[in-house]
Amino acid sequence: MAKLKNREALEKLRNSLQVKSPKSQRLISLCAGSGCGAYGTAKVHTALQEELAKHNLQDQVQVKLTGCHGFCEKGPIMVIHPEGIFYPQVTPEKVSDIVRTTLIGQELVDKLIYKDPVTKKKISHEHEIPFYKLQKRIIFGNNGLIDPTSIDDYIAVGGYAALAKALFDMTPQDLIGEIKKSGLRGRGGGGFPTGIKWETCRRHEGQRYVICNADEGDPGAYMDRSLLEGNPHSVIEGMIIGAIAIGSNDGYVYVRHEYPLAVTNLTTALQSAMSLGLLGKNILGSGFDFDVRISRGGGAFVCGESTALMSSLEGKPGRPRAKYVHTVEKGFREGPSNLNNVETWANVPVIINQGAKWYAGIGTEKSKGTKIFSLVGKVVNTGLVEVPMGTTLRRIIFDIGGGIPKKKKFKAVQTGGPSGGCIPEQFLDLPVDFDELSKVGSIMGSGGMIVMDQDTCMVDVARYFVDFLKDESCGQCNPCREGLKNMLDILTDICQGRGREGDIELLEELGMMMQKFSLCGLGTSAPNPVLTNILYFRHEYEAHIRDKKCPAGICKPLFHYEIDSETCTGCHVCFQKCPQQAVAGDKKKPHTINQDTCIKCGICYDGCKFDAIKIC
Amino acid sequence: MIVKLEIDWKQIDEIITHYGNEKEALLMIMQDISDIYHYVPPEVVPVLAEKLGVRKSHIFSVATFYKTISLVPRGKFIVHVCTGTACHVRGAEKVMDALKTDLKAQEGETTADGLFTLEGVRCIGCCASGPVMTVNKETHGGLDRSSALKVIDNYRNLSA
Repeated sequence: MAKLKNREALEKLRNSLQVKSPKSQRLISLCAGSGCGAYGTAKVHTALQEELAKHNLQDQVQVKLTGCHGFCEKGPIMVIHPEGIFYPQVTPEKVSDIVRTTLIGQELVDKLIYKDPVTKKKISHEHEIPFYKLQKRIIFGNNGLIDPTSIDDYIAVGGYAALAKALFDMTPQDLIGEIKKSGLRGRGGGGFPTGIKWETCRRHEGQRYVICNADEGDPGAYMDRSLLEGNPHSVIEGMIIGAIAIGSNDGYVYVRHEYPLAVTNLTTALQSAMSLGLLGKNILGSGFDFDVRISRGGGAFVCGESTALMSSLEGKPGRPRAKYVHTVEKGFREGPSNLNNVETWANVPVIINQGAKWYAGIGTEKSKGTKIFSLVGKVVNTGLVEVPMGTTLRRIIFDIGGGIPKKKKFKAVQTGGPSGGCIPEQFLDLPVDFDELSKVGSIMGSGGMIVMDQDTCMVDVARYFVDFLKDESCGQCNPCREGLKNMLDILTDICQGRGREGDIELLEELGMMMQKFSLCGLGTSAPNPVLTNILYFRHEYEAHIRDKKCPAGICKPLFHYEIDSETCTGCHVCFQKCPQQAVAGDKKKPHTINQDTCIKCGICYDGCKFDAIKIC
Repeated sequence: MIVKLEIDWKQIDEIITHYGNEKEALLMIMQDISDIYHYVPPEVVPVLAEKLGVRKSHIFSVATFYKTISLVPRGKFIVHVCTGTACHVRGAEKVMDALKTDLKAQEGETTADGLFTLEGVRCIGCCASGPVMTVNKETHGGLDRSSALKVIDNYRNLSA
């Protein structure tokens, strides 16, 4: 590839690419993100190519392996353009039907059409599906249209136009002003105004660094992974624009080693941007130089904290330091360092292209733009959801997410990962943005949204997060290290039936101590999942401690299963499935469970179609 | 029984040179070595110290800080059961329990035949397909007890 010497060369390339693949062309987009990949996209792709060759269609139909489409629940996903025909859960066996009926016969394959799990209606086109229809995908939308390994695809959809604008039409001050005006705030969870961060970093002299935080450590959040895998150039373009604004020539992406596809696609993207002259020396003939290097993290949650991340970038253990001096002044290699997360960087080209005014028109008063959430757990439509800031939890979980599966009852939604909290039903109409969720004790965080139903034990959830954080605490400061250890001991005791009066108060006291005296954000926010849990679900703690009962049937020493003789039909399913032969009873007669041999594995409970098995 | 592998020093050398003998790349160098041997053989540590110009103690401090690095040998197949929040609420613990019983190994342990190492990992970002596990670099989603055991059986047959 020859280097693009100026802005005109970029535009010329864009035009030629758009002529070569017009929007009206027949195109099959097949999701190859990690989620669909786990369901077998590769095999579907092979089958599709064979089938197209069989009908001599390989030259007329373009097949694109794209990044994550977001509707991971239904993977592997296939979308046929230009119409946008949507086929979920495609297997190699279904491919020949699709090629014969839809591509050749121009008709829909009726039995493969998506069926809405809530209304049971069949919906054939992607844009009509509630999961997609109710979103506003300004950042994530291109994921389903481009091949992440092709820079041509990104340029064809308007890529690097914002970079050209930033290089030739705007000064660094203009750029900072535009980002400030847009109201963009850090998407990693902190919510710090991005423009102000850039401005402060630029003010400090020395070798400045631009860093992308792709160490997405929040369990249950994966939007950054999907952006890096599916549209790596949008992140790179954002970083270059940031570098122009800040005055830096040196960029780093700190990405998790557990995200191999993100690393691969990012590496390819960096190489192709370099070979087109969009990275490296004298970008587009502007005289501006900028390089981006990848550093792979090693699976440490604390490395999402800025000082720890920079210490890790230097090849040291990722231990945070006290922030008397901020990293924008002295960070990586003691230089002024500007750290933003993946999603924040991906917002930058959109703002520069569309203008701050347009962007600031989306969202709430203090939180502008959209936010990508990973909607997971006990919800019908799991996946990635991009909505304007200020959308209510109810709309996200029930309208887009389709509510709770198996007719179970909603109990809580956990937001903000291990630094956040569990929000109960009475707050479902809260608009989600940086400020509103903190009023009820949680945070929006990086966008993890884990839905919990009646079968989730809140004490167990608190224990889970504390257990996670105890492992991830770097151990430097006493409040965090010892506080978490003690919290875990108390919570484990409660879950095992050894809870004592006063335990709840002790947890609260420990939590407040940690919030006040821990060294870094990990420690100060670590008690949040426990404290919000106690605030809203105190009765569950009391049931564990006083009545020695786990109402959700999770903490094994605190419950047992019983078969309700009135509802049991004697269908014999539990009898056959029980690995312990603990179920007794004749067909068509009520069964019973032998409590001495039952190991409470829950197979009978999950498998009973008549809800005859009760948690007691 | 875990068979100790012969170390290919030339390959180790190539990895270090690939990163320009840069001490900031220590973690990535150890990850690349782990990709080959599934752990960082302790005899590599003095070589790394010399080539990168750092103390051995520094290498140990980095190796023990990060989860992706192990200084003890691991099995042919590294089984990572995701215990992230989304997988947790969908029953990851049941999958883990089933694997522990089947493999007769606790979390962090390697099976007696040296075939499998069982580890928990906090979120691999496949939350929509949970419970999820990875075996080496392959991801398996939508698991329950029996399908997880089937996956393990496939790998067992593969190496038989």
